[in-house]
Amino acid sequence: MSDAVVPHRSEDNAQAPRGGAGWLRSALDSDIFYSFRRSKLTMVAAAVTVLFFLLAIFASWLAVQNPFDPAQLQLINSRIPPLWAADGQSPFLLGTDEQGRDVFSAILYGMRISLAAGVSGVVFAGALGIVLGLIAGYFGGVIDTIIMRIADVQLTFPAILIALLVNGVAKSVLGNRLDETATLGVLVIAIGLSFWVQYARTVRGSVMVEKNKDYVAAAQLIGLPAPKIMLRHVLPNTMGPILVIATINLALAIITEATLSFLGSGMPDTMPSLGTLIRIGNNYLFAGEWWIVAFPGIALAGLILSINLLGDWLRDALNPKLR
Amino acid sequence: MLAFTLRRILQAIGVMLAVGVIAFAMFRFAGDPVNQMVSIDTSAAQRAEIRHSLGLDDPVLVQFAHYFINALQFKFGVSYQFRLPVSSLLAERMPATLELAICATLLAMVAGILMGVYSALRRDTILAKLFQAVSLIGISLPTFLIGILLIYLFAVTLGWLPSFGRGEVVKLGWWSTGLLTVSGWKAIIMPAITLGLFQMTLIMRLVRAEMLEVLRTDYIRFARARGLTTRAIHFGHALKNTLVPVITVAGLQFGSVIAFSIITETVFQWPGMGLLFVQAVQNVDIPIMAAYLLMVSLIFVTINLVVDILYTVVDPRLRATVSRAT
Amino acid sequence: MTQPVLSVRNLEVEFATRRATLRAINGVSFDIAKGEVLGVVGESGAGKSVTGLAVIGLIDPPGRISGGQIELSGTRIDQLPPEEIRRVRGKRIGMIFQDPLTSLNPLYRIGDQIIETIRTHTSLSESAARQRAIDLLAEVGIPAPEKRIDGYPHEFSGGMRQRVVIALAICAEPELIIADEPTTALDVSVQAQIIALIKRLGRDHGTAVMLVTHDMGVIAETCDRVAVMYSGRIAEIGPVQDVVRNPLHPYAKGLMGAIPTLAGEDKRLVQIPGSMPRLSAIPPGCPFNPRCALAFDRCRVERPEPVRHGAQSVACHLFEPAKETAA
Repeated sequence: MSDAVVPHRSEDNAQAPRGGAGWLRSALDSDIFYSFRRSKLTMVAAAVTVLFFLLAIFASWLAVQNPFDPAQLQLINSRIPPLWAADGQSPFLLGTDEQGRDVFSAILYGMRISLAAGVSGVVFAGALGIVLGLIAGYFGGVIDTIIMRIADVQLTFPAILIALLVNGVAKSVLGNRLDETATLGVLVIAIGLSFWVQYARTVRGSVMVEKNKDYVAAAQLIGLPAPKIMLRHVLPNTMGPILVIATINLALAIITEATLSFLGSGMPDTMPSLGTLIRIGNNYLFAGEWWIVAFPGIALAGLILSINLLGDWLRDALNPKLR
Repeated sequence: MLAFTLRRILQAIGVMLAVGVIAFAMFRFAGDPVNQMVSIDTSAAQRAEIRHSLGLDDPVLVQFAHYFINALQFKFGVSYQFRLPVSSLLAERMPATLELAICATLLAMVAGILMGVYSALRRDTILAKLFQAVSLIGISLPTFLIGILLIYLFAVTLGWLPSFGRGEVVKLGWWSTGLLTVSGWKAIIMPAITLGLFQMTLIMRLVRAEMLEVLRTDYIRFARARGLTTRAIHFGHALKNTLVPVITVAGLQFGSVIAFSIITETVFQWPGMGLLFVQAVQNVDIPIMAAYLLMVSLIFVTINLVVDILYTVVDPRLRATVSRAT
Repeated sequence: MTQPVLSVRNLEVEFATRRATLRAINGVSFDIAKGEVLGVVGESGAGKSVTGLAVIGLIDPPGRISGGQIELSGTRIDQLPPEEIRRVRGKRIGMIFQDPLTSLNPLYRIGDQIIETIRTHTSLSESAARQRAIDLLAEVGIPAPEKRIDGYPHEFSGGMRQRVVIALAICAEPELIIADEPTTALDVSVQAQIIALIKRLGRDHGTAVMLVTHDMGVIAETCDRVAVMYSGRIAEIGPVQDVVRNPLHPYAKGLMGAIPTLAGEDKRLVQIPGSMPRLSAIPPGCPFNPRCALAFDRCRVERPEPVRHGAQSVACHLFEPAKETAA
């Protein structure tokens, strides 16, 4: 094993001398990167994840049409099978649906929506959880009890149920005719409210440990506000676990969004996410037009699988004891 | 022991009260029940009368007490969509959901335990690695995709199994069962697999991890030193010790299975509570949503309570520590 | 001379790790006669427990017996197929582990565990096995055994549980008992009772006992002979009186010097400087040489082989086989 470490170190040093790349060198040198390079599966998963993100970001350049723009869809092009099938037509690589929408383009744009909902949902959940965790840990007492009781109760319910309820309530309060962007916002809030608990628990635990340490008292003695000191120390300490939770939650958040959209409570047909595309395609399964549902399904499964693999690896790399 | 049980029951009641408040808040504040019940040309006076007859102009606390007392008698109001009492709608749909959830859980437990034990005992075989791969896929594939895949394979392509519904149903009093007819059994296979797959994965991973842990313990080493047969050690000592936490988790997961059946029921158009709930969310039918939340919470809390108490009965050590601690 | 119950010759045990193959036991030889108690002492990691596990065939991968042989009453047992060594375990060799709290399966009644073991090795019926279990519990000193037999392990105290473990080890009347630090996890007041029990059982049934411990006091009280282990080798072996009163190997001398005695209060306790090398860093030559005050050049290059010196046998260059014959 030690033999293997040496060459890879020298290799990294060789490419590191670009100016100001000290953090890069130390990152490449670290155990985490080493364990990353040792696992081929993880590298493939990382590559696939990055590829999906790039496809989503550059969707408008890569797609042959904008599937959200009804003007670009022509009914004459409807229900064309994939290119390699007998009736395939260029430029519709993966075929078209009943509105003449190119499946490949729809997947690119749909992935953009799915990733946007997932990432924003996780960021929102993380922010909410971290703030509530800090508050609970710092103030303690009744506030802590209330927040953590809510967390306990919520943890016994599946996130999808909570997301559905939040979504349903939001719709009934805001009226049933939300535009697409507002629907996306509601989804993000629903996902955030379903996933904040783990962050709050982690941060709270860390605050409880740090709170009683001498440096907090010392900082207070010299007149520094304790919350500021703790922010500076607690947050860096919890970054590792939070990153792991966030990665695993990203997969869960994307599944949740896809599920809500599949159930008809998420993104509308006019601005479909991967889940919406699967719901639409599902209707044509019996007619034999399998490509309308299959390709979005494969894209979704591949995306989630790669993110899960990355999350698994990250958990093992950051905390070898958990293995 | 008694004190422990009492404390757990009190906690459960507390949780139910909290959920009740949320359900009431949804019922009362999310959307105006009156607007949902009347047509556009109903006069203001008529609206006020309906409002009064529903008790909607009483103080909020009175309304809550009202809602709560009604909920205790399983009266959850009237569905906006169906104009029928929610309780009778739920009662009609409940057998379908429970049958599906029980079949899925049994399937998940039997398959999950077998696969978990195998992959713990024969860690390096190809089959064990295959199980591991399947478990990763089971966790990564969204439930509805699995359902669609099964439908495409066994209903569309092969035509072996029906793609939707419960098949023929037999009435046993108020309970309707699909488990007494061949078509009912055929209909439940794919939904049960779809719903059970995630739990199966979970149980398999848990059994494998627990079993490996147990096989490392001193009492297993001592059992080997006593010359017991491998079979007695693996399937007597190790399995029994493995199954205590596994059954706990599987029991606790039963509530999740019922909640997750929302998705499976939608994919297979299974006429259960989950499908009712999804339709309620789409149509903003708040009374059904609130009632479903209460029902599912009740099931969750009851299961948690029963498992906690059962756990102390199964494990003699815990029984001792619990009675000592309380 | 009658045939020894246990005869170990040049035993080697290796553990394959990712970095290297570590040799935990390196050329260990000893005999135990019928009714004899052999003490095995040494620091943690000296290979005492591994020796015991090797004898009963419980070295698990990545470890393996890589050399030497083990004979039980004249038949070789170190190369038996798994099913046959299983029949030896519990039937012909009983084993007692260190921690009685974790040695018993918490979910089974102790009676069921004893009956299960008896029925594995004998053809007794369920009720006969139960009667035998009650007798065994009585023999190891459990009061009211006919009641206690239906208790769960957590209902017994540590000392009582170790008695149950001993009952389990002797339930098929084995020829050899391996007791691996049987008293370490127990209260001091209970330790003496357990040691006395093991000694009495060995005497009553003529069982050979291999008593692994790091407690020299226990050795001096209980054993007929003692083997001092260091870094996977036997540094010195001989009758307990000789080794305790007149240790030859510098390590054994240090070990004996470290025993507090009531009589010799004026003497300072001697301690051995340094610590035993890790398995991955055993020095060439005599493994004890870095800590030995008497080490000379030869100790650093050549591994000393055991040589006889009176009734004792010692692996140290200070004692030459040549000298022995000349004297």
